[in-house]
Amino acid sequence: MIVAAFSDFMQQVVSGLASGGIYALLALALVIIHRSTGVINFAQGEMATFSAYIAWTLTVNHGLSYWPAFVACLAISFGGGVGIHRVVIRPVERGSVLRIVIVTIGLLVGINGFVIWEWGGEPQQLRSPFGTETYDVGGVIVAAHDIGTIAVALGIVLLLWLLFRFTKVGLALRAVAVNPDEARLVGVRVTWMLALGWGLAATLGAVAGMLTAPTVGLDPQMMQAVLIYAFAAAVLGGIDSPIGAVVGGLLLGVLLNMLSYLSQYGAFDWFTEELRLPAALLIILVVLLVKPTGIFGRPEVKRV
Amino acid sequence: MTARTTRIIGFVAFAAFVAFVAVLPSFIGDFKAREYSYVGIYLIALLGLNILTGYTGQISLGHGAFMAIGGYTTAILMAGNEQFGGPISGGMKDVWTLPIAGLVAGLVGLAFGIPALRLSGLYLALATFAIAVAMPSTAKRFEEFTGGGSGIQLFGTPELTGSISNVEIFGLSFSPNDWMYYLAWSIALVAFAVAWLILRGRTGRAFRAVRDSEIAAVSSGVSLARYKTLAFAISAAYAGVAGGLFVIASAFINPDAFPVALSIYLLVGIVVGGLGGLSGLVFGAIFIAFLPLWAQGQDLGSLLPDRIIAETQKPGGPAMVYGIVLILLMFAIPNGVGGLFRRIGQLISSRRYSRAK
Repeated sequence: MIVAAFSDFMQQVVSGLASGGIYALLALALVIIHRSTGVINFAQGEMATFSAYIAWTLTVNHGLSYWPAFVACLAISFGGGVGIHRVVIRPVERGSVLRIVIVTIGLLVGINGFVIWEWGGEPQQLRSPFGTETYDVGGVIVAAHDIGTIAVALGIVLLLWLLFRFTKVGLALRAVAVNPDEARLVGVRVTWMLALGWGLAATLGAVAGMLTAPTVGLDPQMMQAVLIYAFAAAVLGGIDSPIGAVVGGLLLGVLLNMLSYLSQYGAFDWFTEELRLPAALLIILVVLLVKPTGIFGRPEVKRV
Repeated sequence: MTARTTRIIGFVAFAAFVAFVAVLPSFIGDFKAREYSYVGIYLIALLGLNILTGYTGQISLGHGAFMAIGGYTTAILMAGNEQFGGPISGGMKDVWTLPIAGLVAGLVGLAFGIPALRLSGLYLALATFAIAVAMPSTAKRFEEFTGGGSGIQLFGTPELTGSISNVEIFGLSFSPNDWMYYLAWSIALVAFAVAWLILRGRTGRAFRAVRDSEIAAVSSGVSLARYKTLAFAISAAYAGVAGGLFVIASAFINPDAFPVALSIYLLVGIVVGGLGGLSGLVFGAIFIAFLPLWAQGQDLGSLLPDRIIAETQKPGGPAMVYGIVLILLMFAIPNGVGGLFRRIGQLISSRRYSRAK
């Protein structure tokens, strides 16, 4: 009994980490844009869905094999992100935050409409790059896709850290996030850095989308719930902290699975799968009220 | 333009608008009158949201939830929830439930306004968004109150005025659709006048002070806690009345009647109408009620080529058009229709002054 309960527990932890990895990637995308522009990109989930469809159409309709399609999809997404910033976001950047929020909502509705218009509303199959094998590790069934997802999420975080920490572009990106005006004075091309931020965010979203599609099925609404989990993860970790987004995402994934696990064994028996989303929202509310800066966020000091 | 002439122009415009609203049903036909009653309903919700967001500077992405609270209050007071095992027997006439719907939603808004005091800007947007997203599943969870997923049916009940037969009132006879239209717009006009009265005086000044600079407001003796919660309460009460009317108009409520998209569209409505102004909000309400239909090419068949209409009628087409129009509007009229009005007013008045010199 105890052994079964323990392997069940580990099972939930592993699958929680896998879904948490996806939340983390999308949360990271939100954080990158929020840090540099102060905007929450409501279209982030739809951009990821769009990218996943690109990968699907490249493999199915254009006969590419998975990895070339993967790379092409990342490139297209990066270009798309830069393009969205140049064409749609930049003209409203100087106005009120609310205007940018409305524009991202317009993007959300528009991209979702385009996906349905172009590829139809029926669910499609996007295959996993890691195959469908499962491994039995001491009674815990581990899917190759889950391990792959966690590995990719951690690998990307490492790459991003290297980019931000050790390259000139990364330094410029951080400078723009801290103080765009002074960054401009010392010769950083601020608008291009912002566009680059959007490109990076779109690329991260693309990875998240391509990793989500094999487990939940590729359909136009696929990322809508994931986006809300990503909000929760970003808030939990501190909305300006990349590390926080990753820790927040993984923590949220495991936490939500723990609730299902505990409800199976009697505790929290009011918890049902429909309450997963409200539970994530409750986490947002509690974090915002108790510690609005999140786990890794720094308190904001306002100068009068 | 002196303040006095501006005010006179304002009154004349308002009177002209009231007259227009009063005669409109005789031109558009009975069925359309019901569609236009939703414009009045959205206008009420937008007036409330603009008090909070446009005048006090507190973003809310959760006003659909306050509408849902008002809607459920109205539905439960009318039909009761004893059939689901709840405690309320119902039987109240529809119109009389509206003040209670406003009151209940206002109290919830007040209660939410207190924790929301700690949040501002984007954080508040996320917190209110969370409320909007959680609302449908919460309503499903407490089914002994709300009837769960299948909701509450009001059509044909004796509490619903004009459900089947014409409505006789003040010696006039209205068809059910016209009745709904006049009910919604009378309340909308009263709501408009009340909002104007609140915002022109001391309270309105305090709201604007909070919006423009919290620090400056506090140092001039404006209590942030008091005015922020007050703005939340008033604005939620408006949403509650709108939600109650919405349920009366559709004669039905279930958890999906007030989706997250509604909260988002309300915010879109005030930005399109113009933040911090009242007159443009009518256009925001029209935008919410009709753009989804126009985006499907409805009523526009003769204006656009058939090929384009055919393309936009494919699934997903309307949403695509909606998104594009929304973004283009934000480019074209950054301060909404209300801002456009003010700009035109400024142009006229500056010409007057330059001529006087």
